[in-house]
This record gives sequence, C-alpha cells and structure tokens, in this order.
Amino acid sequence: MGTKRHFRVWRGDENGGDLQDYQVEVNEGEVVLDVIHRLQATQAPDLACRWNCKAGKCGSCSMEINGRPRLGCMTRMSTFEENETVTVTPLRTFPIVRDLVTDVEFNYVKARETPAFAPPADLEPGEYRMQQVDVERSQEFRKCIECFLCQNVCHVVRDHEENKRAFSGPRYFIRAAELDMHPLDAKGDRKEYAQAQQGLGYCNITKCCTEVCPEHIKITDNAIIPMKERVVDRRYDPIVKLGRRIFRRDQLEEQGTRPGPLLAQEPSHHAEPGADGVKWNRQVAQGQAAAVDENGRLPLSEFTFDRAAAPSPFGDDVTFPLPPDDLNYHHSNKWDT
Amino acid sequence: MTTNRIERHHYDVVVIGAGGAGLRAAIEARLAGKRTAIISKSLFGKAHTVMAEGGAAAAMGNVNSNDNWMVHFRDTMRGGKFLNNFRMAELHAKEAPERIWELETYGALFDRTKDGKISQRNFGGHEYPRLAHVGDRTGLELIRTLQQKIVSLQQEDKRQYGDYDARIRVFAETTITELILDGDRVAGAFGYRREDGEFLLFEAPAIVLATGGVGRSYKVTSNSWEYTGDGHALALRAGANLINMEFLQFHPTGMVWPPSVKGILVTESVRGDGGVLKNSEGKRFMFNYVPDVFRKQYAETEEEADRWYTDPDHNRRPPELLPRDEVARAINAEVKAGRGSPAGGVYLDVSTRMPAETIIKRLPSMHHQFKELADVDITKEAMEVGPTCHYVMGGVEVDPDTGATIGQVRGLFAAGEVSGGMHGSNRLGGNSLSDLLVFGKRAGEYAAAYADSLPARPKVSQALVDTAVDAALAPLSRDGENPYTLQQDLQAVMGDLVGIIRRRGELQDALVRLAELKERVAKVSASGGRRYNPGWHLALDLRNMLVVSECTAKAALEREESRGGHTREDFPAMDPNWRRLNLVTSLEGDEVLLSRKPVPEMRPELITLFDRVELSKYLTDEELAGFDALAEEASN
Ligand SMILES: Cc1cc2nc3c(=O)[nH]c(=O)nc-3n(C[C@H](O)[C@H](O)[C@H](O)COP(=O)(O)OP(=O)(O)OC[C@H]3O[C@@H](n4cnc5c(N)ncnc54)[C@H](O)[C@@H]3O)c2cc1C
Ligand code: SF4
Ligand code: SF4
Ligand code: FES
Repeated sequence: MGTKRHFRVWRGDENGGDLQDYQVEVNEGEVVLDVIHRLQATQAPDLACRWNCKAGKCGSCSMEINGRPRLGCMTRMSTFEENETVTVTPLRTFPIVRDLVTDVEFNYVKARETPAFAPPADLEPGEYRMQQVDVERSQEFRKCIECFLCQNVCHVVRDHEENKRAFSGPRYFIRAAELDMHPLDAKGDRKEYAQAQQGLGYCNITKCCTEVCPEHIKITDNAIIPMKERVVDRRYDPIVKLGRRIFRRDQLEEQGTRPGPLLAQEPSHHAEPGADGVKWNRQVAQGQAAAVDENGRLPLSEFTFDRAAAPSPFGDDVTFPLPPDDLNYHHSNKWDT
Repeated sequence: MTTNRIERHHYDVVVIGAGGAGLRAAIEARLAGKRTAIISKSLFGKAHTVMAEGGAAAAMGNVNSNDNWMVHFRDTMRGGKFLNNFRMAELHAKEAPERIWELETYGALFDRTKDGKISQRNFGGHEYPRLAHVGDRTGLELIRTLQQKIVSLQQEDKRQYGDYDARIRVFAETTITELILDGDRVAGAFGYRREDGEFLLFEAPAIVLATGGVGRSYKVTSNSWEYTGDGHALALRAGANLINMEFLQFHPTGMVWPPSVKGILVTESVRGDGGVLKNSEGKRFMFNYVPDVFRKQYAETEEEADRWYTDPDHNRRPPELLPRDEVARAINAEVKAGRGSPAGGVYLDVSTRMPAETIIKRLPSMHHQFKELADVDITKEAMEVGPTCHYVMGGVEVDPDTGATIGQVRGLFAAGEVSGGMHGSNRLGGNSLSDLLVFGKRAGEYAAAYADSLPARPKVSQALVDTAVDAALAPLSRDGENPYTLQQDLQAVMGDLVGIIRRRGELQDALVRLAELKERVAKVSASGGRRYNPGWHLALDLRNMLVVSECTAKAALEREESRGGHTREDFPAMDPNWRRLNLVTSLEGDEVLLSRKPVPEMRPELITLFDRVELSKYLTDEELAGFDALAEEASN
C-alpha cells in the first residue's frame, strides 16, 4: 500500500555537502524517522542520523524538516501533501558531524556551567516535604527531553556564533528557573546568575523557543519572563543605591535592624514586614553593572532588545515616582550622634 | 581520513553504559575517590532508561503504611515465580527506599502525597501502591537527576582541581566492542567513537557493565537500537556466565497501530489508574484468565473490581492488574481466538472510565504521545495494544552483594538490565528502575574496592588490541551482505520462532537458522567510511545480537516448562522441579555451552515470610517438607 515519495536529504560533513534526492516508499501512519530508516536499509546504509526511542521521549532525532526544527520521530508523514517534497537537513546552529548528525557539545558545556541543585543542609534523605502545587512549576521544566530544538532555533546563537560563549540558551534558562522555583533549593541567586553568567539579557523574548518545544514547555512565559522580571527588579533597583548612600552596615546593625536586603548576597525571601512597618522583605540585590561581553561592551542592541534605545539604568519596569509601599527606606533618628 | 591511531585513557573504574545503572555506579565509584569513566553509545542522557514511564518501586509506605520491605520482597519473588536470586530480591526490597530518597537530595522532583511525601502508585503485581513516579515520565526524571548529579560532582572537581573532567568523565557516542584481559583479570576496554570512527582504549582494573538489554533482536520491540546485547556478549567473550536467558518479558500493552509506532509501550499505570482491557466484542475478558495461584487476590466481578480503585482495603484487585505475563498471554489468547482488533491487538480503554481532565492529569505523556503519533485522543477513544518484546530478565550472572560477575574473569561487574537473577522468570513493573539504583550503587562501590585491593594494575597486551582493531575494521574492507538485511533476518527468526509462545520444533529450527546466520554475519560488510556510519555500527553489533540470541534459543529449548517470561506450548504448566534450576550459558571459542545450576535456597527467615498454601504451588514436596520442619521449629 506504500506510495513513492520524494525526499531531499542533506548529505555531507564539515567539508561541505549538498541535498541529495531519493525516491522512497512511504506507508500509512509513518513518521519521517521511519522513512530515514528505510533509506538506511535500502539506499543509503551509511546515512548518519541519531535516534533512540522513536517515541518523542529521548530528544535524539532533532532535525530540520522543510526548514522547521522538529523531532523526526514525531513528524507524521500525513502532515505533508501527497506530492510534496520533504527536505531534511541537520540542525543549523551546531557544527556538522555528518549528514543529519551535528555536534551538540555546546549544550553539554552550558549544562556543566549551570550551578547544580543545592540540597538544604538541614534535611536528611527521606525528610524532604514538598507540596504538589509547589513542585509543579519546576516539574514543567523537568519535562525537557534535551532535544535542543529551542537552542537551535534561538536567533541569539543561530546567526551569531560569537554569542555562544556568553549565552546559555533557553534550555538552560529553564534549568535555572527550575532550580529557582524548586521549593528546597538552597542557592538564592539563581536569577542573578542567569543574568550575569548565562546571558539572560540577550534574550529579547521572541518566543521562537517556546514555539518549537516538542514538550510544549512554555519556555518564555513561564521561565524566561519571570526570571527576567525579578532580575531586573533586583539588579537595577534604585532604592538599593539610595539606601546605600544613607546607611552604612554598622549603622543599621546599631539600630538592631537586619540589613539583609540591602546586602542582598543572600536575599531573604520570606521575611515579614518588620514591626516598624518597613518592608525589609522586598527583594533587592546589590547594584551590579550591566553584563558586558568579552569586549567590555553592553551586549544589548536594537536587535536583541525589546525596545529601541538603551535600557533605563533604574530597571525597565520602574516608573517614577515610586509607590511609597515599595520603599524600604527607613529614617534613622540616631543619625550621626 | 581516519587513522589507526589509538587514543589511550587510564581510569580506576570504567562504567560501560550511561543508563540508570551505569550512572549510579559511576557516582558511587567517584564518591569512593576513584577516577571514573562513563561510556555510552548514544549522547549523555539519552540511554534507554529515559523511556521508562510508570515508576520506581520502593516500599516507603507513603501511601499505605502497611507496606514494608518484606511485602515488597514477597511480591518480587511471587512475580518472578520463585526463581529469583532471593538475596538480590532481599537487598533490592530493603535498599530501594534509601536509593529513592537519595535522588531527592540530587534534585529529583517526584509527585507528592497530600502530606508532602513522595507519592506512590499502584502497579501490576505490587500489593500496595509502591511506585514513586513523576507523571508518566519517571525514567526521564531518574536519568536527568543522575546526569545532573554527575555534573554537580564535576563542578566540585572543577573547583578543587580546575578541571571538570578531573575525576569523572563522560565519553558519549562511544561504543565498546571488546574487553581486554590480562590472564583472568580485566585490563581494559576497547572501542570506537561514533563521531569520527577513531579507536579508544580504556585501561582500567575494574569494569562495570551497565549496557541494558537485547530487544533489538525482535521484530516488535519497545527497545531502541542500543539494545543489541553488547554487555551480555562482552561478558560471555570475557569468560563470564549468563543465566536465565530464556526469560524475556513481552509487555502486554505495546501500541499495535499505527504501524510505524508498533512496539511503543502504553504504560501499565494506564491499567493501575483504571484502564480496562476489552476484546472486539466489547467484553472485559481478563476475568477469564485469572490463574489459580492468583485466584484469592483478584476480583471476580466487575463491580468488585471497580470498587477496588476507591476502597482497596475491602475489595480485591481488578484482574487487569495481574502480572504482565498473564496479561500478555491473555491478550495473545484473545487474538488467536479471533476476538482481536483489526491490527491484531485488543482494546485498552480509559476514555469511558474517567473524565478527560483526570486522564490528562494522570497520564500526560501517554495522552501526548497518542495524540502526536497516532492522532488518537485517549480521552475519547480506546487504544489498540498487543504484546511487545520489552525486557530481558536473564543476563550476566553476578554475586548478589557485589555485582561481581561469576565465571572465569575477575574485575568485571554488572548491574541493571544486563545482569540476571534479580527478577527470576518475570520482572514486576517498576522493579527495574529501583534495581538500577540499588545494584548500580553496589557495583560501583565494589568495583572501586576491587580496584583498591589490587597490588598492581593488569597490563594490556598490544596483540589483543591489534586483534580488536582488525575485528572492528573487517566489515569495512569485506565484500559481503548488507547488515540491515541480516538484522531483519535475525529479527524474523527470533520473533517467529523464539517469541512469546514457544515450541520444541520451532526452537530447534531457530538454532539451525541462527547457525546459518552466524556464517553470514561473519562475512557482513559495511559501505562508507568510519565517520558516523550506522551501517558499520550495526555490522559490529550483529555478532553480539547473534550470540545472545543463541543463548536464548538454547535455554528456551532446554527448559521444558512454562514460567514467567518463558511459555512453552508443549509444556504449558509450571514444574516445581524446574524451579530449582537455573540455566547457565557460557562461551567456549565461539561455541555456546549450556549447563544447569541449582537456584540458591532462601534463608529460613525469608521463606517463612510466605504462606504454606502459596509455597505449595511453587515448591516440590521435598522442599515443602523442609519448610514444614522450619515452621515447626519456629513454633516450638
Ligand atoms: C518503554 C519502556 C518502559 C519502561 N518502563 C519501566 C517502568 O515504568 N519501570 C521500570 O522499573 N522499568 C521500566 N522499563 C525498564 C527499564 O527502563 C530498563 O530496564 C532500564 O532502564 C535499563 O537500565 P540500564 O541502566 O540497565 O540500561 P540503559 O538505560 O538501557 O542504558 C544502557 C546504556 O549502555 C550503553 N551501551 C550499551 N552497549 C554499549 C557498548 N557496547 N558500549 C558503550 N555503551 C554501551 C547505552 O548507550 C546506554 O547508555 C521500561 C523499559 C522500556 C523500554
Ligand atoms: S525567547 Fe529568548 S531564548 Fe527564546 S528563542 Fe527568543 S531570544 Fe532565544
Ligand atoms: S526545552 Fe523543549 S525544545 Fe528545549 S531542549 Fe527541552 S524539550 Fe527540547
Ligand atoms: S527518537 Fe527519541 S525523540 Fe525521536
């Protein structure tokens, strides 16, 4: 019952290659990976292609099908017109090894640079208690099958080899977000880290990553945007600067007030407003310079930023005057006595 | 152009396999201070373990506090029809909870109970809800967690030594084709890197095999291309024994439609959560297939079965939750009786049993998979399922406590699916993931200790390396048959003649054909070069598949009874005398030898955990007399 279909598959290696034409049998219910396998078994035994599970679970069979990044095993032949030519090419963002196989080392390097889960010091194995609602946010990101399609499609690295050093990519933004939202993770600066070391600032929320994710992880809405928002909040908060001009650490301690938020190396997430009505729990970070690239320049350009011109040094989401509720300024009576 | 230059590496412990067992072993060896290498045929994090769906069994008692290691031990022995290595089953039941809790400290996020503990679900053959799970992607969680733990160890090493790879390094897309021995000791492992076809030699005094299973020798299988029995074959060639190779698990519910996804599994938890099996007449047929040994534990009416889901303490379990070999056999019988679906399976239905939202919540990836692959909405219609080759119970014979292989070689360890004994004649769902962790840890620990205990490192002889190089290059320079054709022929032999239901004549026939195939495989040829050439890779895998298939066929012919994952149409009953025997295969030259070996006897305090009535279905009269004597002693 099979029909002959026209396939064009990129064959070659790092020295170059081209699209080769194949006429190949296709049966009802088959996916693109089946057809690649048939090519291997009949016409091109050395056609290189990765796969493992053939069930969309391992993320090995990433390729570009008619220009769209897809999993070969999850792309049904019935989605193409009967006489449509199917063109299969390797992922474009990564160096070619051979045929449909690319060198995805970049992703493993970035994985290795992302700080691991920090277990809480005071809990023994078996003592972890978490509520389902609290783990669900992180679980969404742990669905990731590491197909690297999002990494492949992200224009920050797709068209700019030079950004690869400074940019971890959406897969590792969700890893950072996952740990940031992990109820028991003991490391408090995931967001700052994402901004300073992973190049979160390069992302201008084009959402291409979300669009291609075969696990339908809402990479931008649920991970990148929340990470960015609060990072902006912590990194550029003008109040931090204001506060620092007025207090010195010893002066604060003198007042018996915990200066934590001002020295936000270890931001306090859960503190209640103090007795004096001051919102010391407001998450503010130490003022940091914006992340710069290897040449010491701000990486943000009109292309990679979501608005024209430079970002506000106070943080983009800050408008003046500030609502008084958000102020954690506290006037000292003991000033200089 | 590639050369015959060989890249050499020196490690204390080399772990072959990056699935759950391999990663857990490597973590343990590294924690013991050993320089450790992890080798894997595919990319890091893609091993077969990612495909496990249902969960990992551990008697934590979070959902039903009556559960404990003794109940788990009993279930495991029962599932394996008492052929299990009892010591392995005991260690497994006792240590599984610790291994699962440990994963949380590595960052795993299991689904939770109301009081914030790890949630546990029902699964075929387990008396209480016991499977720690994450939706239906537990294997992914397990492997990602272990992968990330390894990264965190590498980050520690980076801080201490300035190099991520200082003490633990992953060699992805690297295939081991030969173990190198020095006398009767392991000295190293030889293989090639897929990417450029270059050869590598790992010199190490201790090697852990964690290469998974053999399913690729079958036509309909849930297993990936990696499952060519490499570890089994490497062990055989190094002088270790395999046991129980006749026992293969056919998963009762693999997808049978559409054709391209034939073999992909529908997780058992679909049944644990209320899914029912129906034939083409719409009848819930499992009630007709409850074997006598299970009669007491399973419901007799649909009403009772349905009540069990909400009130498991006062009702018996639905027969859909029988051990999977019973389910597979029942489906096979229904199809043969002409009551199957158009594609040759039966119907698995959840759509009429619970609301759509509940299905999507509980079985998210199942729902997703069926939608994407088959365009079937499981909240609206039934699935078409049938038996699929899924898991090999048999494997490398190991010492239960240390994972050291038994046979003619020292310094070789095995854990995970590649090892045998733990599951007896049939594995319970969920017992594999916990097996990987328990015995992976042990193998890593003892491999490290063994490396420490050696006064001097074994030496790799150049002559053996040269032989390995020649063998690896041979298919590229030969003019012979296409490896894909050979693989298809092998799959046909195994699927048709050594499949789910076996007969003497067919098994004999299979052995003749395997011998023919052996000659053809010796002449297999691969076109193209050494760079990422799947044809060449398959050509090298074929000889492993073949020798392992031969072990299976020989053992299947020898065992004249039906038990667990071995069904003989000519010997349909279980025979207590056969229960006392393991079939051991080993290699002499390229001849497969078969021998019988007694199954170790359970210690008194373990056997007395069972009911006499139950034991009487499995044990010989002589053994029962021994049991009675024990019981009497205990009552005095
Ligand atoms: C679809 C499916 C669903 C399952 N569901 C469950 C479940 O719900 N619960 C459960 O407990 N079990 C389940 N299982 C079984 C379980 O997943 C496997 O038995 C288990 O993952 C095997 O793990 P492993 O560590 O032994 O090997 P694997 O995870 O298979 O890893 C084998 C590793 O060895 C490497 N390797 C192999 N040969 C070589 C070589 N020559 N050189 C170098 N490296 C090599 C491979 O690359 C791979 O990294 C399921 C299995 C399948 C197929
Ligand atoms: S949203 Fe950000 S991370 Fe995602 S593709 Fe666009 S730029 Fe890249
Ligand atoms: S986030 Fe989605 S697209 Fe990106 S690697 Fe993971 S599964 Fe693939
Ligand atoms: S083969 Fe595993 S995702 Fe396609």
